[in-house]
Amino acid sequence: MFLLKLLIRNALRHKLRTFLTVLSVAVAVLAYCLLQTVIDAWYSGVRISSSTRLITRNAGSLILPLPMSYREKIRQVDGVKNVSFGVFFGGVYIDEKNFFPNFGGEVKTFLEIYPEYVLTPEDKEEFLKDKRSAIAGQKLANQFSWKKGDKIILKGTIYPGQWEFVIKGIYKGRDRNVDETRFFFHWDYINEQLKKMQSTRADHIGFYIVEITAPELAAVVSERIDSMFKNSIAQTHTETEKAFQLGFVSMSDSIIMALSAVSYIVIMIILAVVANTINMSTRERIGEYAVFKTLGFGGLKIGGLILGESLIITTVGSMLGIVLSFPAAEVFKEKVGTTIPVFYITGNTILEGLFISVIVGLLASIIPIYRGVRTPIVEGLRRIV
Amino acid sequence: MEVTPPIVEIIDISKSYRRGSQVVPVLKNITFFIPQGEFIALMGPSGSGKTTLLNIIAGIDRPDNGTIKVAGLDITALSESELADWRAEHVGFVFQFYNLIPVLNALENVELPLLLTGLSKKQRREHCEVALRVVGLADRMDHYPGELSGGQQQRVAIARAIVTDPTIIVADEPTGDLDRKSAEEIMELLERLNLESGKTIIMVTHDPRAAKKARTIRYLDKGVLNNDVLIEAAYKECLKT
Repeated sequence: MFLLKLLIRNALRHKLRTFLTVLSVAVAVLAYCLLQTVIDAWYSGVRISSSTRLITRNAGSLILPLPMSYREKIRQVDGVKNVSFGVFFGGVYIDEKNFFPNFGGEVKTFLEIYPEYVLTPEDKEEFLKDKRSAIAGQKLANQFSWKKGDKIILKGTIYPGQWEFVIKGIYKGRDRNVDETRFFFHWDYINEQLKKMQSTRADHIGFYIVEITAPELAAVVSERIDSMFKNSIAQTHTETEKAFQLGFVSMSDSIIMALSAVSYIVIMIILAVVANTINMSTRERIGEYAVFKTLGFGGLKIGGLILGESLIITTVGSMLGIVLSFPAAEVFKEKVGTTIPVFYITGNTILEGLFISVIVGLLASIIPIYRGVRTPIVEGLRRIV
Repeated sequence: MEVTPPIVEIIDISKSYRRGSQVVPVLKNITFFIPQGEFIALMGPSGSGKTTLLNIIAGIDRPDNGTIKVAGLDITALSESELADWRAEHVGFVFQFYNLIPVLNALENVELPLLLTGLSKKQRREHCEVALRVVGLADRMDHYPGELSGGQQQRVAIARAIVTDPTIIVADEPTGDLDRKSAEEIMELLERLNLESGKTIIMVTHDPRAAKKARTIRYLDKGVLNNDVLIEAAYKECLKT
């Protein structure tokens, strides 16, 4: 208790200097937390991937369609429990800047395979009954003030035309990792129109979602599905949902690397700032440390005093930065809207922030500790005049 | 006549400093003994080696050659950490510039050396109160060094030096930064500690008035202990410098 009191009082000797150092640590940790959260957001799709879900897409490219007829064949594959499909529709709501992901699909099986999208039983029933109906995530509905019963018109980009949907439900995520900015509707509605207008495009979908009976069957079932269509016009490529999501993430590898690099640069900057402060404090107090040594305090205790002060500054700064990162993340989330659908500071990021403060505190005090401990008492006492 | 056994034995001590390529001898083959309960003043001109000798006796500097025994223990054979433990237990320090920790109040400053003992918080407080009462500062326990006069700060430093009940008290120019009245009070306090509590005090001073309070004066000149210089002569020598 005595030593803690001494450490705090020592840290507060130069209040302005300590305040500015704490502030710089706080700002750096805040920046680190936000950058890390952006990186986390990139991986949110990967995080919620289920190990019992596979994605089957056209082996040529994701943008090439697959025949709808594959569905029954896939369903027959040993180890497959359920099959649904999806189509990225690419519709625009009023203006292109209002981007949100919208998908058509076989909604009954889709909701069975994705229990994380939660609808009330009534909404679910109404949604399943009406082919022109759609459901939207809570965040998306909030952004455009949509409510149940609203008519939404999407302008087709991949599938030209004005497509009208009726909102029959607002879904919520089972947990906060679930993207609540999506829009789902019955593919049948679009497909029926395609049959009339562009029959060659009808009865094709974007990808299959395959639910398997056990995670360990993923490789075998993938192999079975792909070999089944090996000699067909549209060959398939099946992979786990996680691998599929990681494929998307890898497209933005360089951005993630840049963000990570900036995070580490931020850490290096605070290391330099804290090291400078602790170094100045130690230099000023070298005489006092000599007095401590004279009284019988050994090198470990002197080192402890310097390290303790460094850790107090970095920990307080880090905690302040972590606390500030929550409102900052909220502001950030507001500003980016649905562009980054899942954006929250994870427990891991908080722990990393604290861990960084400990590491920075430790590294910043190495040279001052060496100086404080190694300076001979007689030389230290000479500095007190 | 009763012969008091020496508490400090200084045997053939030499010390030199390196200044660039030059080796400057500071102490040359010093040998003398300090009996238990002695109050000795080391005098001499600036650069004579008296502070170096005091530092060596107190275990904060090491001689190049020779042996120092305190209470029979050869402290020159101790490692750095053993020496630190030994200082905590056996030596009380009084410095010219008091060297109190500015962020600690009088009581906490006195408590510092006790942190290295196994005493409980309550016991530490009791010891500190006694030490501060001895130096006449029982009513200033909560005051920070900046709120005390020079004389009061030096008294706190003396309380810190005696609180562990050390074997020897070393004082380096304890009156050097004080006005005449405060200096007299400090010297009376040290004299009282020596006479009433039997504390062995080794003091370096330039101040002949301070030296007069000591029972013995040793005069150092150019690193050599001059055993022929008696109190009055030392007094005169110091008045000259």
